[in-house]
Amino acid sequence: MMLLPCPYCGPRDVTEFTYGGDDGTVRPGDPQAVSDARWVSYVYIRDNPRGPHDELWQHSAGCRRWIRVRRDTLTHQVLSSAPAAQPVQP
Amino acid sequence: MKYSIYSLVRNAFSYHENWPRAWRSPEPKSEYDVVIIGGGGHGLATAYYLAKNHGITNVAVLEKGYIGGGNTGRNTTIVRSNYYLDPNAHFYEHSLKLWEGLSADLNYNVMYSPRGVLNLAHSYADLDAYSRRGNAMRLNGIDAEFLTREEVARMVPLLDCSPHARYPIIGGLLQRRGGTARHDAVAWGYARGADARGVDIIQQCEVTGLRRNGNRIEGIDTTRGYVRAKKIGLAVSGHSGHVAGMAGVRLPIETHVLQALVSEPVKPILDTVVTSGAVHFYVSQSDKGELVLGGDLDMYNSYGQRSNLPPVEHAVQSLLALFPCFSRLRMLRTWGGVMDMSMDGSPIIGKTPLDNFYIDCGWCYGGFKATPASGWCFAHTIAHDQPHALNAAYTLDRYGLGRTIDERGGGPYPWVH
Repeated sequence: MMLLPCPYCGPRDVTEFTYGGDDGTVRPGDPQAVSDARWVSYVYIRDNPRGPHDELWQHSAGCRRWIRVRRDTLTHQVLSSAPAAQPVQP
Repeated sequence: MKYSIYSLVRNAFSYHENWPRAWRSPEPKSEYDVVIIGGGGHGLATAYYLAKNHGITNVAVLEKGYIGGGNTGRNTTIVRSNYYLDPNAHFYEHSLKLWEGLSADLNYNVMYSPRGVLNLAHSYADLDAYSRRGNAMRLNGIDAEFLTREEVARMVPLLDCSPHARYPIIGGLLQRRGGTARHDAVAWGYARGADARGVDIIQQCEVTGLRRNGNRIEGIDTTRGYVRAKKIGLAVSGHSGHVAGMAGVRLPIETHVLQALVSEPVKPILDTVVTSGAVHFYVSQSDKGELVLGGDLDMYNSYGQRSNLPPVEHAVQSLLALFPCFSRLRMLRTWGGVMDMSMDGSPIIGKTPLDNFYIDCGWCYGGFKATPASGWCFAHTIAHDQPHALNAAYTLDRYGLGRTIDERGGGPYPWVH
């Protein structure tokens, strides 16, 4: 079983966490000022790398905090984990 | 050579030692009219229909491993067309019609077995949703039958249909023409048919780069040299984002691993495909006698084509809750394949922002049953530089136009579709 290192609780089984998806997408600022293409890119388009990937997880069966994890999508090796920088809107 | 009772008898005299190879193993040429990247069912079917329906035979299929060694050899072999939304219903029904005649068309037994696909209803909301879907299917000319709890119990006596079951069963939606087919045979049959029409199938040939010049791709760098191509079609399932990225094209796709497992083989005991949307589980029995079962994705991005325990545990728990009689079966083998999960759960077959680059991806859980129609439509799209009526809705730009085809209504969270 994959272990994710929660920065608050330590290493825990992946089944305690809920996946929050790609952390590489940044929500555009003022929706009125954003072009359609930029908005579509934010909502639908992903880098989907085969290798290191920044992603959000919630420790939903633990401390319930959101964390960001850098993980290799091919080997599943966790490269780093940290508290989510800002409130998460998954 | 045409396979028939006569060729079988003729080869029996030489102890079946002189059968010719089913397809050639050519060296790649320096240039092709069309290069298909990906030698799975979809890529091979595309090459076959390019040659058969459109007369384009200067075609190569590039495969990084061996044909059918990716998701074509890893799926659970279920074919069906029980979709609610019109574009999906028409596309998958065309696919099912092709399945029905595929063995004769290919002169290769794909072992299509219309043993029925049964969706179990566990709640009144399920009943409503299945009646709605069944009615939509019948309006689209597709067979669907609604079963009561008693009819489900009669059809699959092994199911725990008691009121005290962990997942009480109160009805079901049945598509009798759905069923299973032999997955390897589909790849081999299409490969043989395409090869006989002049298509070069090149295995052990991984694409390492796409050489882009302005709005065109001029050629493909591979582990077996550089190949120029007038048109390029991409059919690499879970690796779509990875390969399209070589041309600078970003896709509304995330790659997730989906697992399946089989039990030890037993005598014939389950003669239909049983699925449960509420439990996220499906099971059938293969012709070898193994129970083939699967369920959820692992629910996080992954290119790891391998299995791990949490989803296996979920699938086995679901099996035992529905079929308590299987409690002493041992599991024989587990594996994983990587899925190209699209942002609305429906596939993409069509043009890209580049002039001569076409994609066939976003198959989510459901690529195997789509194989014939996917090849049919993708070949048409490449040959005519515009989509077939059946894949006109499956465009890459539909996400930006608000025309998503979201069967589940899940939104842009690909791992929930």
